[in-house]
Amino acid sequence: MSNMKYLLLRRVTQMTLLVLYFGANAYGWHILEGTFGASRLFGFIPLADPYTTVQVLASGFVLGADVLLGALLITVFYMIVGGRAFCSWVCPINMVTDLANWLRRKLKLDKEEVNYRFLKRRTRYWIMVLGIVVSAVVGVAAFEVLSPITIMQRGIVFGFGAGIAVIIAIFLFDLFGVKNGWCGHLCPLGAAYSVIGSKSLIRVKHTHENCTNCMECKVVCPENQVLHMINKSSIAVTDGECTNCGRCIDVCNDNALEFGVRSFMKQETRSGDFSHTSK
Amino acid sequence: MATSNNRRKFMATTFQSVGLTALGGLLWSGYSDEVKASPLVLRPPAALPEDDFLKACIKCGLCAEACVNRESNQNRDGSQRKGTLQMAKGGDHRMIGTPFFVPTDVPCYMCDDVPCVPVCPSGALDMPSILNEKKELDINKAKMGLAVVHKESCIAFWGIQCDACYRACPIMDEAITLEYQKNERTGKHAFLLPVVHSDICTGCGLCEQACVTEKPAIFVLPIEQATGVAGDHYVKGWDKKDQQRVQNANEIHTKNERSKQDASEYLNMEVEY
Repeated sequence: MSNMKYLLLRRVTQMTLLVLYFGANAYGWHILEGTFGASRLFGFIPLADPYTTVQVLASGFVLGADVLLGALLITVFYMIVGGRAFCSWVCPINMVTDLANWLRRKLKLDKEEVNYRFLKRRTRYWIMVLGIVVSAVVGVAAFEVLSPITIMQRGIVFGFGAGIAVIIAIFLFDLFGVKNGWCGHLCPLGAAYSVIGSKSLIRVKHTHENCTNCMECKVVCPENQVLHMINKSSIAVTDGECTNCGRCIDVCNDNALEFGVRSFMKQETRSGDFSHTSK
Repeated sequence: MATSNNRRKFMATTFQSVGLTALGGLLWSGYSDEVKASPLVLRPPAALPEDDFLKACIKCGLCAEACVNRESNQNRDGSQRKGTLQMAKGGDHRMIGTPFFVPTDVPCYMCDDVPCVPVCPSGALDMPSILNEKKELDINKAKMGLAVVHKESCIAFWGIQCDACYRACPIMDEAITLEYQKNERTGKHAFLLPVVHSDICTGCGLCEQACVTEKPAIFVLPIEQATGVAGDHYVKGWDKKDQQRVQNANEIHTKNERSKQDASEYLNMEVEY
């Protein structure tokens, strides 16, 4: 049985955040109030989502200082811990899509990722840019009118209503439609966080001497294109699309993967370090 | 040959990507524009005009949380009451995630300390708009909407004595006054008619909630829907300041072409449809 340390830690983090947000509305707690769009920590520290902030600015409204400062704080935080740490440690949709992905594996719905012509992993970056363009054209933050992330979070804090349909749709899409469909192909927020965290400090590191090439890590990884160095070279996963979820570390029985601090002193190349791979 | 093939493939893929992006953009824009269009919605105090409000609101819910958790929102036994502000969810037919209120459900109680406004981080609730001369929050300056009386269903207009809205109003005798009129039907009774004064009314909706009729005869509409605009061609000749506006009135908007006929000619004409 594989280790579930990081999986459990992530679920505890996600749940704790949701409980804190829920309590802010239901019981008046002043620990973490608001939603992911904008929040207040300990009653006075503003936090805001950078992508939402950019959309609102694009729609033509000059936001209050609280949101701008909050977006800056969040950006700096994820620039350090890894942008998509938001996706795997905070985002509630992650629990939905992880469940869909786990069921997919259990039901053996597919072994390999099908290559869709116009649904690539880079599609989300198009959507990210498109979201900003549409915000500017229509004059309203465009992703925020359909974001399943905030719909789910507001659902938990304020009540779901018909919004639950969106969550079910995402689940079904990921389970029966495209593997890692939402988080890995479409979500513009994840794309934004990929960009923010592309140079982040905390990274998964691979020790290729320990690797037995079992490929368990690639099976569980929701973004397994980032694990191109497995059993090839001892470098860190430097791709911004890595969500720092730590599942690869959990399933690795050979101590070949671990969290570490990225070193900028050593020259690390992004896709394939030729000095290692060419031998 | 290979390069030209590659180039052709690259061009085709590029065209298709651009085309699909345009398609996606159109659908997305259309959807976003449609969900914006729900004009009959009442916003929290100090909200910007609806169009700007929809741009500015970051959908965080801090206003709704401040509203429901305010100290004054408890029953005598200490249990929590429902808050005024709700966050629109799927099925509410309002822009999802934005705060609104429904007076017949829970009206705005016009708290003196206005807890919902200062917490807004984005500026969608514009605090300066409800500050008085002493720079203090003054809920009486809020303009959430405007109460409108439907006199055909208001029983006070039938001659039945009812002043429920008048007494429920937090700015009693200013926002709603009772006008006395002789009841010609009986010849010996008075009508006590509620009249809303739009310069004072904040649109809190306490009148709507208090109204005794099956469906309230007094109800709050958003300012935009409940008001008209006279335009600069009409000025108050007895008001020097208002007279100044006439200088803006140089544009003439005519929808139909002006008749070239003489007045006596067309007045005697048969009606044509």
